[in-house]
Amino acid sequence: MATHFPSLAPESESKTSPAWLQPLLMLAPAGIWLVLMLVIPTLLIFQLSLVPGIRPGQVVNPSGLDNYFRIFQPDYWPVLLRSLSFSLGTTFFCLLLGFPVAYWIALMVPKRWQNLVLLAFVLPLWTSSLLRSYAWITILRPTGLLNSALTSLGLPPLDILNREPAVLIGMTYSLLPYMVLILYASLEKLDRRLLEAAADLGATPRQAFWKITVPQSLTGIAAGGLLVFITCMGDFVNPEVLGGASSMTIARLVYNQFLGATQNWGFGSALSMLLILIVSIAIALLLKYGDRSGAGGV
Amino acid sequence: MNSFRFRPTFPISWQALFSLLIFGFMYLPILVLTIYSFNDSRYSTVWKGFTWKWYQSLLQDSRILTALTNSLIVAVVAVAIAAVIGTLMAVGLAKYHFFGKRVYQGVAYLPLIIPDIAIAVATLVFLAAVAIPLSGGLIHLSLGTIIAAHVVFCLAYIALVVSTRLTDLDPHLEEAALDLGATPAQALLQVLLPELMPAIVAGCLLAFVLSLDDFLIASFTAGGGAATLPMEIFSRIRTGVKPDINALSVILILSSGFLFALAEYLRYRSEKKRFE
Repeated sequence: MATHFPSLAPESESKTSPAWLQPLLMLAPAGIWLVLMLVIPTLLIFQLSLVPGIRPGQVVNPSGLDNYFRIFQPDYWPVLLRSLSFSLGTTFFCLLLGFPVAYWIALMVPKRWQNLVLLAFVLPLWTSSLLRSYAWITILRPTGLLNSALTSLGLPPLDILNREPAVLIGMTYSLLPYMVLILYASLEKLDRRLLEAAADLGATPRQAFWKITVPQSLTGIAAGGLLVFITCMGDFVNPEVLGGASSMTIARLVYNQFLGATQNWGFGSALSMLLILIVSIAIALLLKYGDRSGAGGV
Repeated sequence: MNSFRFRPTFPISWQALFSLLIFGFMYLPILVLTIYSFNDSRYSTVWKGFTWKWYQSLLQDSRILTALTNSLIVAVVAVAIAAVIGTLMAVGLAKYHFFGKRVYQGVAYLPLIIPDIAIAVATLVFLAAVAIPLSGGLIHLSLGTIIAAHVVFCLAYIALVVSTRLTDLDPHLEEAALDLGATPAQALLQVLLPELMPAIVAGCLLAFVLSLDDFLIASFTAGGGAATLPMEIFSRIRTGVKPDINALSVILILSSGFLFALAEYLRYRSEKKRFE
């Protein structure tokens, strides 16, 4: 009878015998690519970071942690502190500006308009980040739009281009949409019955906000804050385009060690490893303290 | 219905006004670029009348056009490769349990969190120290190396979007196909793939935009060879403010707005179909 289905036998055979073949076919291509282009490269910069003062093609005896000690010499303290303060400042401003917007979209805009409003808000993300930074030059430079507006109001002009405030504005501008997206996702899940219950029990809107809305959106606040923080730590474009010569950050320093005039691959690799370390610590902190609210799937 | 009980019944709240202000903040730079791209003056603060000349000079600028072509080649090829191996990876990770799965997963999603500059540096060091010597100089820093580097992050984004969709899918659908005599390959291609298509397309669009926007990884992996559009823009921004860059921004903003609308339309249509 089996001859009625001649095709079935070889097929069921091919289904059973190579149980390892299908997973391998699916996972190996991406796996090989990742090992070649991500894992080996990261191990290599770790190795290179232990080699002092190397330039392309130069052979020097490896002697350990010199590059790492160099980062923490007083010359580079301002760079580390500036990178940290840009990131923390941007996280603060994104939260300050983003929370009311996310709150408005999630809780006060009618449901069927929410997606559209949210899309309109994140649309600028789809444009080139370089060009968005560049646009701020036009606004912030000494004869730019901001100062024209200020002087026409009889106010003194501001000289902020090529200084820290310009970088903060640029970073906040680039990352605000991400912050709003994440906060929206967490506020949208807010249990409104709790707010109503609070109101019934006599809580003022302010009390309800601090005792219910904020605690329930803490995971979103932490996730959004983390994303903004780590993106700013590695941001090259905003400090470079808007910060001028005085706003050296870790990312700019790294760039200079490889593509700029300084050319010290070992030191640049150590700085990259430091960036990866800072990002990993930030994520570890989030996983440790953010886990309670049930975001354990990461 | 959707108004808050404890909120006063004013139709306009301070949150709405504040949000409007922030919307203005988001669109101000784009608006400024657009207005100045039509300004006849080189020194853009003063309005000297309407002109198309910056657009004309842009369309005759062969360096910009070459850079744009390079960027498009990189994005299309990298996204195409990443779509295939990223989808396979997402499906494989959802289906199979194996030793080291968590490590594999961790590495795959690493590009979402590691700063671009670190990935860029690592790739450059790898190419200079291993890939180029091993290939006997066959590998050059050029479009090919940019593509290889872009696949890594495109892969992560596409796999992320696809795996989100996979968790919403009915797992019995594929089993049913297998029970009815489909080969695993048939079940994958004819049952699972159509279900995943909206997510794959969405992931591809996201990866495409990110690839077009990437400046750091491309600069580190391009060597002295071909420049992509962000690299060209960067070198022009450095040499000073030029009105034709305003024109370029407007063209790019309009085309990405169009892409975005297209992506949303596709998503909307597929969702509508799903609930029919």
